Amino acid sequence: MYIAASLAILVTMGLALARALSGPTTYDRIAAVNMHGTKTVLLIAVFAFLSGRTDVLDIALVYALINFIGVVAALKLVENGNFHTSDHYDDDVKEGEPK
Amino acid sequence: MFDVVVDIVLLTFLATTSFAIMRMTNLFAIIMLFGIFSLLSAGLFVVMDAPDVAFTEAAVGAGISTVLMLTTLALVKRSKEPYYDEAPKTHTAWLPLIVVIVTGSALIYGTWDIPNFGSADAPSQTHVARFYLENSLPDTGVPNTVTAVLASYRGFDTLGEVTVIFTAAVAVMLLIGGKRPKSVPKTEGEEAKDEA
Repeated sequence: MYIAASLAILVTMGLALARALSGPTTYDRIAAVNMHGTKTVLLIAVFAFLSGRTDVLDIALVYALINFIGVVAALKLVENGNFHTSDHYDDDVKEGEPK
Repeated sequence: MFDVVVDIVLLTFLATTSFAIMRMTNLFAIIMLFGIFSLLSAGLFVVMDAPDVAFTEAAVGAGISTVLMLTTLALVKRSKEPYYDEAPKTHTAWLPLIVVIVTGSALIYGTWDIPNFGSADAPSQTHVARFYLENSLPDTGVPNTVTAVLASYRGFDTLGEVTVIFTAAVAVMLLIGGKRPKSVPKTEGEEAKDEA
């Protein structure tokens, strides 16, 4: 059962990767990275039970946290165009689509 | 056996991501793909029974360096739209390609002498590992041998590393972080807008 679960997670990781590669908008890629991070957490968790090394679950937790921070940073950059303001004084930067 | 399947699939994803990173010109997408690359390699480390390396890869590769690269992109962005596109190429890549191929061949040649994965007569198993495995628990009382070596036997070395990392972090924060006055970091576009 764990093997079937990890195979399904691997397929989902492949689909998320395809979305990250093809885009087309910035938000697609951010969502794909977030998705990929979640799937990595799940893969590690399933693999921990599969191999009986449940101490690896701590790493899955750290991944979940780090994934969240990374996505928030990426979204803040897309929203503001920088990291040192909270307002929108830098209006030259277009939000959203790269092309 | 199943480990091998997961290894192969994850390595295929890694190769796909690397090729995409090489071929893309959208720098924002490349940073996102770097995040995926880190997550994939960290998953690979876990599958290959190296959770401590995976821990570092997750913290540094997927977390910190994604944020640092995004910050750098925000600081050095072009004033032209779209700001996260790579500047056009001005030279051919033959010399770097040759250097990479030579280095890669040397590294692959170097792997021929490496003992098999988990082999009992590998130097890493026969040299000092035995001493640490036998003595680290009574010496230090730390159940994890790697932690015992890093934090107890090599405690001063680790303290030095922490100092170096702290200094680097302070320098990076001075460079890219902190509040800026609104008038100083102006690009050409903003100046034109202010005059108008």
